[in-house]
Amino acid sequence: MAVVFEKTKGLTEKPTHYCPGCTHGIIHRLVAESLEELGLLDKAVGVAPVGCAVFAYDYFSCDMQEAAHGRAPACATGIKRVHPDSAVFTYQGDGDLASIGAAEIVHAAMRGEKVTTIFVNNAIYGMTGGQMAPTTLVGQKATTAPLGRDENHCGMPLRISEMLATIPKAVFVERVSVHDVPNILKAKKAIKKAFEIQMKGLGFTIVEVLSTCPTNWGKTPVEALKWLKENMVPYYPVQNFRTPEEVK
Amino acid sequence: MARELWKGNEAIAEAAIKAGCRFFFGYPITPQNEIPEYMSLRLPQEGGCFLQAESEVAAINMVYGAAGAGARVMTSSSSPGISLKQEGISYIAGAELPCVVVNIVRGGPGLGGIQPAQSDYFQATKGGGHGDYHLVVLAPDSIQEAVNLVQEAFDIADAYRNPVMILGDGMIGQMMEPVEFVGVPKRQLPEKTWATTGLRGRENHNIINSLFIDPAVCETHNQRLFKKYAEIEKNEIKVEEYNLEGAEIVFAAYGTVSRIVKNAIKALEKEGIKAGLIRPITLWPFPKANFLKAADMPSVKAFMSVEMSMGQMVEDVELSVKGKKPVYFYGRTGGMIPTPKAIVEEAKKILGGAK
Repeated sequence: MAVVFEKTKGLTEKPTHYCPGCTHGIIHRLVAESLEELGLLDKAVGVAPVGCAVFAYDYFSCDMQEAAHGRAPACATGIKRVHPDSAVFTYQGDGDLASIGAAEIVHAAMRGEKVTTIFVNNAIYGMTGGQMAPTTLVGQKATTAPLGRDENHCGMPLRISEMLATIPKAVFVERVSVHDVPNILKAKKAIKKAFEIQMKGLGFTIVEVLSTCPTNWGKTPVEALKWLKENMVPYYPVQNFRTPEEVK
Repeated sequence: MARELWKGNEAIAEAAIKAGCRFFFGYPITPQNEIPEYMSLRLPQEGGCFLQAESEVAAINMVYGAAGAGARVMTSSSSPGISLKQEGISYIAGAELPCVVVNIVRGGPGLGGIQPAQSDYFQATKGGGHGDYHLVVLAPDSIQEAVNLVQEAFDIADAYRNPVMILGDGMIGQMMEPVEFVGVPKRQLPEKTWATTGLRGRENHNIINSLFIDPAVCETHNQRLFKKYAEIEKNEIKVEEYNLEGAEIVFAAYGTVSRIVKNAIKALEKEGIKAGLIRPITLWPFPKANFLKAADMPSVKAFMSVEMSMGQMVEDVELSVKGKKPVYFYGRTGGMIPTPKAIVEEAKKILGGAK
């Protein structure tokens, strides 16, 4: 019988700790499949964040580093500068990247570090139990915004892709979502493209992936996918912000 | 090679390059700016990479990444900048990564000042960041010694997979002295089979990490670290004993201050007072045994720690002497420097009281 689907070699056999219905598992698979299909597993080094994906170093089968909170782009910079021919990626959540690590991501992009950032945006702090993130939507409830985010008190959610797309050396910036199969396929395409551009040495690449957090959103997995589509996508448009001429 | 006149910061940078350091990540802060400036010119000439980071926080995490990738890597800063690096230093110690951190100390707390100080002794030797860990801390008293210790620093870091700090007061960074770049014997070092280089044919993936979520595993990790620290304490103590024979008073001083104390010792001798010096070169591991031995000498009436601080190393002197003899302190701080005359006066006061 023909094999139609196989688990990628880019992931280990270790069962993940993610909550039921969480989309991290899908995103891990897309990253691992992309690395495998591009033949990069043997020279890939990933950097795990602090947050829900903190144990990602156990799940990806390539070499991995675990960074301090928000510092993954700095670690990735160190790795890539030592091994310029390697495929270096950071895998970061929205608390890690958009809050405490805002400086590191902006400056990695500014320098045009030849790394790929997978930015998983689920609009909340998952690991610590549902606190407000810089990406939490206005009115969205969080344990530190019990009445919902009040824009007059703590501002408007940060659109990272739009911001980074203003930086010349951020050569590939795309926002994707994983709330349904067509979008998952588009996400895979974007991630693969980001790695291809990194290996061409063209500059900094980032794929923002809109993701769910059923546990901390207080929703079932199916409700969470629907909530993402109806609430996050309107504020965080799913689109390509920049692609280098060379690969268009 | 002939002796050449070098500024401390630049000599430290050149010594690092000669020791095989090819990666440097830093951020400007006075009085250490000549180190990154020098590296920005010289490292590319040697096929290495200098990068000015967006902050000290980013710089130390670039060091983490590069050290984890197997490189010889260094960063430098001065006191407030080192405070910012402490988070990263804790992670580096936890993940057991070799690197060298240079701290050219200035007065504190807060912004403090930009003149020489030794008020970072606590943050250098007692952890500095969170958790149970130690850095190896080397404190040169001259630019020549700084140059020699840089090679040692990289070798110790690699031998034990541990961060090493070179603690120089601002004077060491800023003054010029004759230096000879003599070859310090290099150590036989293990291969970095643990580094995240990409698999490149290796079967199992390497992981650089300081997270141990299971408390029993985290405790075991800490206990293993402390076995390593015990080895370092056994093998790596460096100390200079000066004029101890028949000394009535034994000074404790490190770095630039030890040279001022030597002048004070000569002045005291002219007045018929015999004084000696124990100069820790490694501030951690601290040469406890040398102090204990001196405390047992019948001639020794008292110890006096002289520092450019309000009294930090004096605590380690007291712990080492174990109450056998009184321990006194004299210090200037905030960028002020003790004079030989003041040290002589203080010593005479103490001995007058002790007689």
